Amino acid sequence: MPMTITEKILARHAGVDQALPGDLINVNVDMALANDITAPLAIKVFKEIGTHFVFDPEKIALIPDHFVPNKDIESAEQAKVMREFAIQHQIKYYYEIGQSGIEHVILPEKGLVIPGDLVIGADSHTCTYGALGAFSTGVGSTDLGVIMATGKTWLKVPQTIKLNYEGNLLPWVEGKDLILYTLHELGINGANYHALEFSGTVIKGLSMAQRFTMTNMAVEAGAKNGIIEPDEITLAYVAERSSRSPFVCTTDPDADYEKVINIEVGKIEPQVAFPHSPDNVRPLSQVGNITLDQVFIGSCTNGRLEDLRKAAMILNGRTVANGIRLIVIPGSQLIYGEAIKEGIIQTLINAGAVIGPPSCGPCLGGHLGVLAESERALSTTNRNFIGRMGHPKSEVYLASPVVAAASAILGRIGSPDEI
Amino acid sequence: MKLQGKVRKFGDNVDTDLIIPAKFLNVSDKDELAKNCFAYLKPDFINTINHGDIIVAGENFGYGSSREHAPLAIKSAGISVIVAESFARIFYRNAFNIGLPILESKEAYLSIREGDQVSVDLSTGEIEDKDIGKIFFARPIPDFMREIVDAGGLVEYIKKKGLTDDRCV
Repeated sequence: MPMTITEKILARHAGVDQALPGDLINVNVDMALANDITAPLAIKVFKEIGTHFVFDPEKIALIPDHFVPNKDIESAEQAKVMREFAIQHQIKYYYEIGQSGIEHVILPEKGLVIPGDLVIGADSHTCTYGALGAFSTGVGSTDLGVIMATGKTWLKVPQTIKLNYEGNLLPWVEGKDLILYTLHELGINGANYHALEFSGTVIKGLSMAQRFTMTNMAVEAGAKNGIIEPDEITLAYVAERSSRSPFVCTTDPDADYEKVINIEVGKIEPQVAFPHSPDNVRPLSQVGNITLDQVFIGSCTNGRLEDLRKAAMILNGRTVANGIRLIVIPGSQLIYGEAIKEGIIQTLINAGAVIGPPSCGPCLGGHLGVLAESERALSTTNRNFIGRMGHPKSEVYLASPVVAAASAILGRIGSPDEI
Repeated sequence: MKLQGKVRKFGDNVDTDLIIPAKFLNVSDKDELAKNCFAYLKPDFINTINHGDIIVAGENFGYGSSREHAPLAIKSAGISVIVAESFARIFYRNAFNIGLPILESKEAYLSIREGDQVSVDLSTGEIEDKDIGKIFFARPIPDFMREIVDAGGLVEYIKKKGLTDDRCV
């Protein structure tokens, strides 16, 4: 029977010829991932199981990124649990701050995920790696603890929804706008338990950075995974970073999708998600006068070099509006270094931005830019739930880096065309 | 197993940031997590419930992050079972893995009221609201997931079955 790319990767890792939607399968995991918040619980589970060895120290990545550099004694203790475990079990891909960054930025950057891989992470945005033509999904700490012990997990094969993007992008429209528009179309549980396959000529024209932005937010529609068939852009990206041979597969022409949604991009303008849900999306022209207190550019959604480069292009020779706090956090140490070399950081500093250490930053409201009561932020991140970035009465709006940069200059949500 | 308790009712799309805001994720201890369960939505939640109380909620309960701290906080706060119209994917999996039973029933959500006395039979999926005198039936839980809940969670299940059992790994 014909299969989708998701079904093919799952079948391969379950050692079966066919993986059909609804099948419960037992899969081998190529990379298991956890961070400083989820790893300590997973490690507790690992110890409770009573096993003494991880299944493969070269197939586990433990990344301190959420509350680092540690914000308080408790978070330092959590990071210490992970660090000590990594040392004890000789986990190959443990990166201390200084070599590190956000998990979903550095795993692709260091070539640890390639097409055809199956990645399970104790973080919901593990779905990001689908941009590489891999199957990847988020789980909780117990699942991850068991995977660290066994290298296996059970999965239910998801049905696939195909999103087909055609047409020509309007100025300032990026992967972020496409995914926000898509979330508006699907709703926040519109893809619950499903695979989202992003395809069409528009996707083929996107850089890897923009593809990562899109698959990153697949979970915001409830999807199990987001995925993009690998092409020349994917393979060139991977060839520079990994010596492993990718398993390149694509969806069979007559594969069975649950549905196919055609999206004509020519009518899509830059998009903004309003509080308190990533699917509460409006076109930029219909936003109205939303004044801001803070703008954040960064995260596993939009903290890559291309994102910072675009923000700097907008901010070059301009300054942040009075009363606005602009926080920029490079997604990794490597990106930080490149951004310095290219003069991006200097441009941002001249404009009045404060640069944070590579980490998740204020995205989840724990650290490095938390909002006070009634404050309003525009953020390039992926979630704007109640209290996500701080006080439960604060507000978070989501948009692309170019809209974020323009809005920092304007002091309200606005377009790069207005500056 | 029959569970019995007073209902705490929630709406649609209760996300994991509402269940336990990220600023409280700097600890892993389940009792500490329970203290901040629903910190923004229902402050002092833990002090308003009795052990065994039941959450009834709408669609997409547990939407958002993969934090297992969310079902752990709920379970440690004393909630015995969650009945919702539907659950978000990762939360669904996490709840079973930590031994917090969950059932799906739209009818139960639409009829059951805050404060009602409800009993839930996990083996049959029967949900009885004694105050309104109605019985609802939830979609059955897959057998192997029932075994996980009965064992008290995935860790206990694995300890019982051994790591080589294909179904558990």
